Amino acid sequence: MRAVLAEDQALLRVGLERILAAGGIEVIESVDNGPSLERALERDDFDIAVTDVRLPPTFTTEGLAAAVAARSRRPALPILVLSQYVEPLYARDLLADGRGAVGYLLKDRVSDVDEFLAAARQIAGGGTVLDPEVVASLVTRRERPLDRLTEREREVLTLMAEGRSNAAIAARMFVTEKAVGKHTNSIFTKLDLPQAADDNRRVLAVLAWLNGE
Amino acid sequence: MTDWSAPIGGLRPEPLDVPTLVERLRLTVFSAGYAAAAVPALALAIVTLVAIPTGLAGVGVLLALAAVPATQALTTAHRRVSGLLLDDEITAAYRDTSDLPVLARPFVWLRDGERWRDFGFLCFSATGGFVLSLLPAALVAGPVTYAIGLVVDTSWAWFWLALLSGPLLFVWWVTTPALVRARALAERGILGRSRLEARLEEVEESRAEVVDSSAAEIRRIERDLHDGAQARIAAVGMNVGLAEKLMATDPEAAAALLREARETTVSALEDLRSVVRGILPPVLADQGLAGAVEALTIGLPLPVTTTFDDVPRLPAPIESAAYFAVAECLANTVKHAQATRAFVRATHDGERLRIAVGDDGRGGADPGGSGLTGVHKRLGAFDGTLAVTSPAGGPTTITMEVPCPTP
Repeated sequence: MRAVLAEDQALLRVGLERILAAGGIEVIESVDNGPSLERALERDDFDIAVTDVRLPPTFTTEGLAAAVAARSRRPALPILVLSQYVEPLYARDLLADGRGAVGYLLKDRVSDVDEFLAAARQIAGGGTVLDPEVVASLVTRRERPLDRLTEREREVLTLMAEGRSNAAIAARMFVTEKAVGKHTNSIFTKLDLPQAADDNRRVLAVLAWLNGE
Repeated sequence: MTDWSAPIGGLRPEPLDVPTLVERLRLTVFSAGYAAAAVPALALAIVTLVAIPTGLAGVGVLLALAAVPATQALTTAHRRVSGLLLDDEITAAYRDTSDLPVLARPFVWLRDGERWRDFGFLCFSATGGFVLSLLPAALVAGPVTYAIGLVVDTSWAWFWLALLSGPLLFVWWVTTPALVRARALAERGILGRSRLEARLEEVEESRAEVVDSSAAEIRRIERDLHDGAQARIAAVGMNVGLAEKLMATDPEAAAALLREARETTVSALEDLRSVVRGILPPVLADQGLAGAVEALTIGLPLPVTTTFDDVPRLPAPIESAAYFAVAECLANTVKHAQATRAFVRATHDGERLRIAVGDDGRGGADPGGSGLTGVHKRLGAFDGTLAVTSPAGGPTTITMEVPCPTP
């Protein structure tokens, strides 16, 4: 796997390079500002772009904007956005095209190296990964209709929204995959969501619903 | 050479000498100018008077469009001249109509108190003001006329009149400064903003500045945290995570990563401490101003004598502003003054906190520099003042005063 990396803090950039390398992901270009990232995203020989939200010169949402712009030119270009803060609004911008292959994680999550690498691979494979914080903020915002769900179902929904597959959810909750399947069916029925076969499409449906669309 | 733009001197009788004579003549010229200005004032007053009732017919609007800006030009000139004579700055605050269509402007002018004061001034200038300002010129012109008359036509009438010249000139000599001053004061009264208005504006301005500077301060703190402690802690997490992964396969690399993480933790804490110090120095919270300034001077590369005479604990915002003001002054001393010693002297008389910060350096401190301007704004929020005496070659003393009654 090959990656493009954008992070303005040298300390974090080096750390991310190391971690990606340790996971067997080769960083083919590593940049520290918005314009360079835009140029790097023009390349077509990488499997995932990992970027910070805030980059010079403006230190606002340079990285996020570059990612969204690149995806509008090349649909489903795999992008993983990292940030010190979680901002549901940014998550919505990333998810807006409903094509998957995006991730939005807090930088803190990187310290769980295996999780982070798994997330990167998932995104490169077209999956969607959202930080639990984002999901939590979405879940609390859509409080009322969620009352229809049981405690277990809500747990499954949260894990699903983070972009986990049925198998991963089953492992996490110490139940069988079949049980998870039952829960998800029940959730989809209760929330009136279109049934979908593949994991990612399901995740996107849930996120779209949580985003209140 | 006489300085034409000098203010009016004292009103007490002065010795009969050439400079005093020149000064009297200068004031007479000004006075004649004031009197001459009655002509345009009268014309403009008449046009304005016609414009107001005919405004609805449309003609008045056109008249106003001509007369009002002309009036403004005239009163602006008067403000300048009277300001020079009183050694003051007379300001006006017209309502801004630059973004309005031209024809709509007269309707704003109608509601603008400043414009009505301009109109009042026109009336004054054309009547009482005219008489007041004509006197000095007339008192000089009389004797000059009689003298010429006596030369041209040696009749008794001119002779008797010429005898009047002495008393007239005496009256001119004595009253001219007072008359010109009276005129300038009247202009300031009519055209200048009242003290209360000026004060209100000052307060509004300083409030806006405080809001701006606290917003900038908050942005700075957010950036400091984001780029400093937060980033370092995230990096620690990454290193520790990677070390955990490498533990089994490459223990040496893992140990190196952990060591790096530990060092980064130390610098993250340093970052946090410096951000906290920038918000509110803990020593200021604990010890008050005297202790905090003392602590501040310990870390400086030159000896600083601090004396605090009976300064009580003051409200926290004032202590904080004063502390950062002193810190800025001392930082300037260290950076620019090339001083060998410095001092901080603070006193409190029950009403005001006075702090003087000085050094024996090379002087030339710039009160308009960004640092001192910042200090000035900080103190301005509490009606404080800042005065800089810093001749080239030094020494420099910066005096700050903040009104704050003993709590």
